[in-house]
Amino acid sequence: MKTPAQTNMRLTVAKTYKLFIGGAFPRTESGRSVALRNRSGEFVANASRASRKDLREAVVAARKAAESWAGRTAYLRSQILYRAAEMMESRRESLTATLVKAHGKTAKAAEAEVSASIDRLVWYAGWCDKLTQVLGNQNPVAGPFFNMSSPEATGVVVLFAGESSPLLGLVSIVAPVICGGNAVVACSPIAHAPIVIDFAEVLATSDLPAGVVNLLTGNRDELLPTAASHRDIDAIGAVGLSMEEQVLLEGGASATIKRVWIDTDRTSSAWALADHQSLYRITPFLEVKTSWHPMGL
Amino acid sequence: MATKKQTPKTTAAPAAGWKYEPALESTDHVRFEKRYGHFIDGKFTAAKSYFGAINPATEEQLAEFGQGSAAEVDTAVKSARRGYEKYWSKTPPSERAKYLYRIARLLQEHARELAILETMNGGKPIKESRDVDLPLAAAHFFYYAGWADKLQYAFGGAQVAPLGVAGQVIPWNFPLLMAAWKIAPALACGNTVVLKAAETTPLTAMKLAEIFQEADLPPGVVNFVNGDGRTGAALVNHPDINKVAFTGSTEVGRAIQKQLAGTGKRLTLELGGKGANIIFDDAALDQAIEGIISGIFFNQGHVCCAGSRLLVQESIHDEVVRRLTHRLSTLRVGNPLDKNTDVGAINSRAQLDKIEAYLGYGVEDGAVRHSAPCPLPGRGFFVAPTFFTGVAPAHRIAADEIFGPVLSVMTFRTPEEAVAKANATPYGLSAGIWTDKGSKLFAVASQLKAGVIWGNSFNRFDATSPFGGFKESGFGREGGRQGLLPYLEVRG
Repeated sequence: MKTPAQTNMRLTVAKTYKLFIGGAFPRTESGRSVALRNRSGEFVANASRASRKDLREAVVAARKAAESWAGRTAYLRSQILYRAAEMMESRRESLTATLVKAHGKTAKAAEAEVSASIDRLVWYAGWCDKLTQVLGNQNPVAGPFFNMSSPEATGVVVLFAGESSPLLGLVSIVAPVICGGNAVVACSPIAHAPIVIDFAEVLATSDLPAGVVNLLTGNRDELLPTAASHRDIDAIGAVGLSMEEQVLLEGGASATIKRVWIDTDRTSSAWALADHQSLYRITPFLEVKTSWHPMGL
Repeated sequence: MATKKQTPKTTAAPAAGWKYEPALESTDHVRFEKRYGHFIDGKFTAAKSYFGAINPATEEQLAEFGQGSAAEVDTAVKSARRGYEKYWSKTPPSERAKYLYRIARLLQEHARELAILETMNGGKPIKESRDVDLPLAAAHFFYYAGWADKLQYAFGGAQVAPLGVAGQVIPWNFPLLMAAWKIAPALACGNTVVLKAAETTPLTAMKLAEIFQEADLPPGVVNFVNGDGRTGAALVNHPDINKVAFTGSTEVGRAIQKQLAGTGKRLTLELGGKGANIIFDDAALDQAIEGIISGIFFNQGHVCCAGSRLLVQESIHDEVVRRLTHRLSTLRVGNPLDKNTDVGAINSRAQLDKIEAYLGYGVEDGAVRHSAPCPLPGRGFFVAPTFFTGVAPAHRIAADEIFGPVLSVMTFRTPEEAVAKANATPYGLSAGIWTDKGSKLFAVASQLKAGVIWGNSFNRFDATSPFGGFKESGFGREGGRQGLLPYLEVRG
């Protein structure tokens, strides 16, 4: 084994992968970490294994942020999402390197995944100030009333990312949900920690208000039941659930009539296809509000 | 039930000597069978067992209806599947539209008879079934008829397709109207239907079945199974249903969402509510008082979106209570078939018991009861319209959906407090805002977590206007363009 004392080589500074809650990077309150190794078995990093309590803390942070995020102008939300894309673009080399080193992607695949993730953020950024026009409308009621319907954010949304495509899979489910004005807690597999926390650093420097996106890495079988039965979560989206998990999620969600959205997992190249960026990935996390007012002198 | 003794506060009835003569709607031209089983495959079919449905204003039995068994539900679902595969999915959209237009027209032609039957079976005042339920039911078919061949324009950039067979379960408060809300968009989008009406109010659904026959709707496109909650459970759990739509209590909605877990069936729920009606001190009070009255006493308060929590700005509380007391004394409670009746019969003995229990809880929890001084008929299920003052948010009458003519009056000081109190409920169906200041109205409306907001109005409905809840009031919309979504597969 070579040491700096023998060779004058520089000791690298290893990154600690923590969680991203309320704009801060805390360790899991449980103190648990999991050693991540690459394909050849070499140690990559220690990743945090989020606990049920971390999830609850993240929901508190999201709830705190939800109202003000939904209340920002659509133009501002749009600019903030676009800013996140800019931040990603400026870190594309480091993100690509993480996908290669920590997640075993080829350079080409990693680059493609980063590019598609940036483009996806840009695409959803553009929707923020168009949703209301495309999904809302005036209703020609048969009477002297002004009546209109417009979409509003559902509130606090918990997302479970799939096993494949650790960056694009995450961006593809987070972007449509925050674009609609929701606050998010997204849970990724522990093995995704390096790129998930790199993405958290992108968000932390994007003018995104603290708590709008909270990122956890952990075991789904530990976190899903807590999310399903939590009383202050408005909607849950999940990718790649087993039938057992679906029953658990939808059954638990019924206690507070949570909205549930379930999709199948896909490979990075499949996630990259344009049909996985859709207006109809935003709508499951929106509510329609219809307002009436009499007209007359 | 232990309740403290308390004499309801009342004021004198208006000018003595002026009385309304009865103005009864005649029932001699309405006709219906003594016994209905189900309506399956375009025909009325027999059931294995039957139950009676009554007129809640007289407690007399009107007719018997089939208690749908699992086997009968299965026959109905098979018929709907056949109707989908053999007829409806092969009917050109423009022809689907024409069937729906036909149904709308037939509803208009039969409106008088249907309104009378709705009142006889449900207990609602004839002026409401005549002026609200029937026109709206016809309007829903007419509105969605036009969508049937225009669906490609409904959702920008998306391809749409029907789901298949829809299982629908509806409540007893607007029997025919709820059937129209459910069936019209389902058929317009190309689905076929099995619908279960509420066990206390199945009569007008059977008349609607006759209209479908008259309209030559292909067999199996709409099927009705009668019965109670067991029949409903068999329907929503049937493996060959693609979509479930339920309107009713949050409790049953929860159970359905749980039962459907993992089945992949699409679900929409339109559940309970505890709507806040917010009166600011700058509101036009005459109109606001009428809005409060119709908000809670329309259809005996059997309305999921009823304005059952009145939030009054503190400075005008006494004046609002004074006016409400007076207005309450002028309400006419009685025979629903009387065209002068404002408040009709409570739909069932069970519902009357529930409402009376809550009247007791209100007093027990320390609120002050104000009930209309009106005489109540000796027979049938009636209760005096009531509001409570001195209500705290934690009181049972302020927190629970009573589904009756019972209003809880609370106060607030600032708009922020009004919003906080209005949103402090797991429900999120409706809210009212009364103010003369437009900027305040928009600001408050944008902060209320409710699916329908009535500014300076209450309890308005229209086929073009989406209706449905936030939070535990359910998900999905009925009415308007957004009301198509629950019945379509949208890809894009």
